Amino acid sequence: MTTALASPSSALARDPAWSARVGGFIAFGVVMWPLLAWSEFRPWLLFDLQSLAAMRGFLAGFLPPSTAPDFLALLARSTLETLAMATAGMALAFVLAAPLAFVATRALSISRIGPGPGVWRAIIVRQSARFMLTVLRAVPEVVWALVLVRALGLGPGAGVLALGIAYGGLLGKVYSEILESTDTQPARALLEAGSGRLAALLYGLVPGAAQELASYTVYRWECAVRASVVMGFVGAGGLGQLMDQSMKMLNGGEASAILLTFLALVLLADGISAALRRALA
Amino acid sequence: MAFTLSGCGLVHANGHRALEQVTLAAAQGERLAVIGASGAGKTTLLRVLGASLKPGEGEVELLGSAPWRLAPVPLKRLRARIGTIHQQPPIPLRLRVVTAVLAGRLGQWPLWRAIASLVYPADMAGAQAALAQLGLADRLFDRCDRLSGGQLQRVGIARVLYQQPALMLADEPVSSLDPTLADQTLAALVAASERDGATLVASLHAVDLALKWFPRIVGMRSGRVVFDLPASRVTPQMLSALYASEGGVPPVHGAGQHAHDTVATSPALQPAHL
Repeated sequence: MTTALASPSSALARDPAWSARVGGFIAFGVVMWPLLAWSEFRPWLLFDLQSLAAMRGFLAGFLPPSTAPDFLALLARSTLETLAMATAGMALAFVLAAPLAFVATRALSISRIGPGPGVWRAIIVRQSARFMLTVLRAVPEVVWALVLVRALGLGPGAGVLALGIAYGGLLGKVYSEILESTDTQPARALLEAGSGRLAALLYGLVPGAAQELASYTVYRWECAVRASVVMGFVGAGGLGQLMDQSMKMLNGGEASAILLTFLALVLLADGISAALRRALA
Repeated sequence: MAFTLSGCGLVHANGHRALEQVTLAAAQGERLAVIGASGAGKTTLLRVLGASLKPGEGEVELLGSAPWRLAPVPLKRLRARIGTIHQQPPIPLRLRVVTAVLAGRLGQWPLWRAIASLVYPADMAGAQAALAQLGLADRLFDRCDRLSGGQLQRVGIARVLYQQPALMLADEPVSSLDPTLADQTLAALVAASERDGATLVASLHAVDLALKWFPRIVGMRSGRVVFDLPASRVTPQMLSALYASEGGVPPVHGAGQHAHDTVATSPALQPAHL
């Protein structure tokens, strides 16, 4: 002990983590450069005079935002439709995600303690739940919407189902990761004292993770509002469908009014999230 | 018998051997203190007794059944009868004290009761009675992040008292308490074990507290049980041999690990007394 402290020069000549860090940095550059080249990322073209003129022409049409009364009525109805689609889709996603996340969370495994009986069966069940979540979110919601519009017809119904499926996969994965990344000792101690999984989740994991879970859920709701716009372009109703019509008719004023509505919705989601975090702090 | 370990050995996943050939048994209602230097295997021993670690070698029997031969449901029921006081209280800090204490009976409650108790506490009187034994009855509705480290440690103890287990395990239960509180808290644990007929096994860093409160002392070094004797037959020579890696000085409570001056203040540790 004392000798190690007396002659630090040999032991402390170099931080052992150094070469790994330099290697990692170089590897990052080697991987990123070709990716940038392949994706044709050439930001300087933005400042080319010709593209600037084209963009200015396009954006000039956006001002002023349209305030025609019958358009505003339509905008209000579409906004409600979009909110309804996003909220219903999130509810469906939650119903799919919560049980799958509950099954997939390793911190709630009873058989892992010891390890005890049924440990292999539990690993298989957990991995199948994870695989289910991957399948659900592997297909983007727009693709689900394209398929479902054909089955259910035009309108927000297809959007709700598409959002529910894709976001169910996303929420489930992130829920179980949030639960894993909080302090898992409380849940473990409860399981070791004979508690069931669900009770251990409610008394051991959720109290520590409630803030994160709530703010992620509201953030996803915000994403769902935006996604429902994209799905509108493929005929799933709401603000997106309205935007699609306005853009096709080159009506910039209407398009900018719709964009301002988006901004308001995102600000609303932000406010809800902040209020929830305060309430759960 | 409350528990029987025969020839238990355990190697952790990182290759470190924590227990070697441990044979130990206790009758229901006995009180044992496990002492030894840091890294002697005390915590691992308690985790084996709590059916939370499965030893690679040897046989374990807890409260009349072999935990690692049980099916999941009987194993869960066995675990509900074993209560562990952890060194770091495993309590989410956003919980209120009442909820943290009531969680002690989650192994006995049906699920509906566990959920209903989150809406309205199921047994406030029971939780308060457990807290009162540790002098914390007035903190029932405080959030755990409002408590000091020592108060939180006592809430963790109250949870296990409320559980009323048949086998009570305590891993350094008084490590963050001052000497007076440590003494009172051990008194409460001993009283609870006498009242409920529960077996109590505590690992203690402070040898003076072990000798004062526990009739039977188990000394551990490098994963082995080196002595297992009535407290009256533990000699200073045995203690210096046990703590040879820490300079041969048995630690006492509230004095840290190098308590050369304070050893003499504990009568049980004075050579003349033994």
